[in-house]
Amino acid sequence: MAVYEHDVLVIGAGLAGMRAALRAQEMGADVAMVSKVHPVRSHSNAAQGGINGPGVGEDGGPWEEHAFETTKASDYLGDQDAIEVLAKEGGREVLQTEHWGVVYSRKPDGRMAVRRFGGMGKARTFFVGAITGQAILHVLYEQLLRPSVFKALRNYEEWFVTSLIVDDGQCRGAVAMNIRTGELHAITAKATIVATGGLGRVYEPSTNALICTGDGIAQAYRAGAPIMDMEMVQIHPTTLKGSGVLITEGARGEGAYLLNKDGERFMTKYAPSMMELASRDVVSRAEQTELDEGRGVDGCVFLDMRHLGEQLIKERLEEIYEIARDLVNIDITKELLPILPGIHYSMGGVKTDVDGLTPMPGLYSAGEAACVSVHGANRVGANSLLDTLVFGRRAAEHAVPWIQGKTFKPVPESVVEKDRKMIQSVLDRPMNGDRVAKIRRDMGVSMNANVGLFRSPDKLNKQVENLKELRARYEKVGVEDKGKVFNTDLLFHIELGYMLDCADMITTSAIERKESRGAHTRLDYPNRDDVNWLKHIVLTKQPDGSEKMTYTPVTITQWQPQERKY
Amino acid sequence: MKVKLKVKRSDSAAGKAGYSQYTIDAPESTTLLDALINVREYEDGTLSLRCSCRSAICGSCAMRVDGRARLACRAKVIAITDGDENHEITVEPMGNMPVIKDLVVDQELFWAKMRAVDPYLQPTGPEPVGEEYRVPNESMLDLTHTMACIMCGACVSDCTVLEVDKNFIAPAALAKAYRFVGDPRDGRGHERLQKLSEYGGIWDCTRCNMCVEVCPKGVAPMNRILQLREHAIEHGLTNNAGSRHTNIFTKSITDGGRLNEVWMVPGSVGMFNVPRMMAEVPGALKMLRVGKLPLSQMVPPGFPGSHKMSGMDRVRNVIRKSSSLRAPKPEVTE
Repeated sequence: MAVYEHDVLVIGAGLAGMRAALRAQEMGADVAMVSKVHPVRSHSNAAQGGINGPGVGEDGGPWEEHAFETTKASDYLGDQDAIEVLAKEGGREVLQTEHWGVVYSRKPDGRMAVRRFGGMGKARTFFVGAITGQAILHVLYEQLLRPSVFKALRNYEEWFVTSLIVDDGQCRGAVAMNIRTGELHAITAKATIVATGGLGRVYEPSTNALICTGDGIAQAYRAGAPIMDMEMVQIHPTTLKGSGVLITEGARGEGAYLLNKDGERFMTKYAPSMMELASRDVVSRAEQTELDEGRGVDGCVFLDMRHLGEQLIKERLEEIYEIARDLVNIDITKELLPILPGIHYSMGGVKTDVDGLTPMPGLYSAGEAACVSVHGANRVGANSLLDTLVFGRRAAEHAVPWIQGKTFKPVPESVVEKDRKMIQSVLDRPMNGDRVAKIRRDMGVSMNANVGLFRSPDKLNKQVENLKELRARYEKVGVEDKGKVFNTDLLFHIELGYMLDCADMITTSAIERKESRGAHTRLDYPNRDDVNWLKHIVLTKQPDGSEKMTYTPVTITQWQPQERKY
Repeated sequence: MKVKLKVKRSDSAAGKAGYSQYTIDAPESTTLLDALINVREYEDGTLSLRCSCRSAICGSCAMRVDGRARLACRAKVIAITDGDENHEITVEPMGNMPVIKDLVVDQELFWAKMRAVDPYLQPTGPEPVGEEYRVPNESMLDLTHTMACIMCGACVSDCTVLEVDKNFIAPAALAKAYRFVGDPRDGRGHERLQKLSEYGGIWDCTRCNMCVEVCPKGVAPMNRILQLREHAIEHGLTNNAGSRHTNIFTKSITDGGRLNEVWMVPGSVGMFNVPRMMAEVPGALKMLRVGKLPLSQMVPPGFPGSHKMSGMDRVRNVIRKSSSLRAPKPEVTE
């Protein structure tokens, strides 16, 4: 057992994590980055369609336009000061990634090309085919391999964080397990940035990777940090039939149509102006309505890309072509692709200010794990990649100066004991016929059914009961693998705990918000209620273990809430 | 349908070594990854493997399936077994890398080789201010195919050169190197190619094509290596055995229409490479004894009196036409 000491600890090595780590290291801090998977395995690589570049060249357009459209898409729950930061600084981040070598598609004049994306009135989304997330993630990793950075940055690769260390109300790093040895250690730091991504696996199915289990959000909650807007879970309109794998909005950006079983472009009924490129919650609700009213096939509607032509598809949507061919045997140049709405992104998360700082000294968060909030009740496509870079950088830029000149008490070795005892107790449990996977599946399916697209009080309350039962099962279930080396069985058990915490928070917040806004649709409160609900729901764990719910008003700078039509 | 798996284990804690066999029920559309996850979740929680995205973008789940490296999430069971429910699929960890547990390998060798090619953009000259570099779309499209590499390790697992020579930089790193040599924004192409032309680099590939076959993303690393060789020769980096081999090969065919095997060796290793030539003497004497050193090949290609096939104009025509072709551009193959 060892106690490691660093200036800044970044938890998570996706886009937000690596961006924060690079910036902090550049500013001279002793940086450690911990991730339960190798950095390039992070789920940032699954982002396909593109990254918005407000203010970049003539296509980027004025940042105020991007900021307004982001605000409108958020259904006015987004904090406008944060959105303005995103819009003002986003362009600079996009250019930085290009200078680092991202192979953005180009126009004939050699400048970066753009495509249209949902919620945006004009095309300002820069892209690399249909692998934009992967392209940017890999380039950030390349930058990490520069000899000076590589030597200086301590990379705890395949280490799994079991809890945050809080000492005297300050966050002092994390307790983590080296997955290869099973040993627990304390990685202490003066500032900690939680960049652990989303929680899609709380639902079944979802577009998310198996690693998206809400780790950092749950850990921050358990440590006493406030968690905000958890009811806002985005349902992406185009996920593949069967596996739920993401089919990028970029397809619609390139001109794809959405058709029901009668071959009609049904979006004319729901968003006559923006059609398929209305904001995601509008499109998902439209699709679900078509399905509920019997105009789908096998629970799906269709994405029609036949008219786009083979060349455009091969150049700009290659990844989609491959996914369709390999997973469902469909040639999108000739056939319709069956899709349905699926859980995709968490707008909510650890509450931070525009510098990524939480109310707990020493604790920061950035990326999907954080809630600033720039996305409010609904995220615009191609804004997540932007969010990770802008706020990943800002968190580092605030943390590094903050730690200067302060004294930090050393962290005692005993911080590891609590987690060690927890792990041992799980390993000691006999198998009782139940399995972690069964509990997770039951949780996922019931969350999808009861806290999904269309929410009603009886289903929500039922889910509260379900979650109680699932938690009781969780507290009794054991794991088969009792070994120390690469014990994924044990890790899944711990992850299930994180997911249950997140599921509780999502359900509690969904019951509380008695209106419909953005991704949160209440059948019993179908309208938006700005008088009573122009505020965020915040959940904070109290020292006695109970959960306290508070509200934070939405920050409005330029745009008063209006009716939201597409 | 029934899916039968035979999975290689190495798990000292659970006392498992050798193979574990599993039979599960799964829908026809199931992938090998679905099947392994099914086993892990419901049959045997001690089985360890890496996996994450299930959609061939994270690169975690590369493993050897019936002897060939592939991504488990893209391997449809029914395609592997041809519909034969009795076909037991052998699942093993990737090759060329040490095993940590079960299907989990230590990929440090892979990452170290990646680092060895200086895999970050090194622009020279002034950085554009407030805007992007202006580069042609063709170059970005070309590189996008190389950037499609998800670092899964399949090519390194099945690289036949790496099996016998751990010094070989191996396909993935070379494909990554191409990504920079081919990037108009990178200013160190010549230095990169110099380093890549040394022992362990681009000329140590034997062109067995395994990496092209196993790559799940159509990166075709070997073709990137061939592109690098072209660039290296264009840059005048010809003082190495591989480049000389290409040269004498071409010269031999252009001159006489066939491969002059006698002169391939000195032509490749260097005419004045006395130690190397001396090493060939025993072999050469043996060949002389059994009549495999024909007089007709004793005159070097290009010298007066060298042996020429009949119909040389047709041969030269083919050479002229094929010389204008470049190494194959990336294609998405199944």
